[in-house]
Amino acid sequence: MAFLTALLAGILFGSGLLLSRMCDPQRVLAFLDVAGQWNPALAFTMGGAILIAAPAFWFVRKRHRNLLRWATELPDRFKISSSLMIGSAIFGIGWGLSGICPGPSLLLLTGGSAQSFVFIGGLIAGFFALRLLPRRTDLK
Amino acid sequence: MTTGYWNALFGGMLIGAGAAALLLLNGQIAGISSIFGNTIRGTFGAKGWRVAFLIGLVLPAAIVGLGHIEFAQGLPVLALSGLLVGFGTRLGSGCTSGHGVCGLSNLSLRSLLATLTFMIIAALTVFLLRHGGLLWHS
Repeated sequence: MAFLTALLAGILFGSGLLLSRMCDPQRVLAFLDVAGQWNPALAFTMGGAILIAAPAFWFVRKRHRNLLRWATELPDRFKISSSLMIGSAIFGIGWGLSGICPGPSLLLLTGGSAQSFVFIGGLIAGFFALRLLPRRTDLK
Repeated sequence: MTTGYWNALFGGMLIGAGAAALLLLNGQIAGISSIFGNTIRGTFGAKGWRVAFLIGLVLPAAIVGLGHIEFAQGLPVLALSGLLVGFGTRLGSGCTSGHGVCGLSNLSLRSLLATLTFMIIAALTVFLLRHGGLLWHS
């Protein structure tokens, strides 16, 4: 059951990345290029996603349970740390360089291009590089 | 162009539906850097839910194809970009999906700060590349 529901959630999410063209690096860069030929379409994507997901989060935040009545705790909402800010800034540089973030990078693998495999290779190396750091505080 | 906006909106709603489904039915956050990071370390989750989510994620693209895709960089910059995205998202505990979609939907101050940070820095990076005369081809 948990496998099937997660599969369904993944299919919905992946269809959305495809339909919104989040998977197209040039579309993402056009969204980030506010000083050039700015294409604001992806702001609608983020707005649409939050419009649908926010009520689900509200439900779980109030009841501390999900729809199947399992105890469900949401992540802390107020803890601001230097790793949060520095990590997000480093992610921003990487995202701006290529227009590719983690979800779309996995979709791009289905195209079988050398570019997509090289990006994923870097991504995985980045995951492991972090584990070499001496103190990881708020990493889950 | 109008269809582009509608597709962007409906695509976003599908992304939100996926995040809502994973939360309501699995009690989990649809943060892809975390799900993928745990999976490659062999932490598949109860009943392999992380693996199931990732299979579902790529399934639509595998079936209908990606459509027109144009990479903006050559292989060395893509490798560097991947490295920074991998390192940064794990250090910052989230990416566009975890902080941007799920965190903002949960009215999280932490995720709002993270999202503003990576969006502004990404826009600055694009600005320097495209308008600041740094390495750019295509």
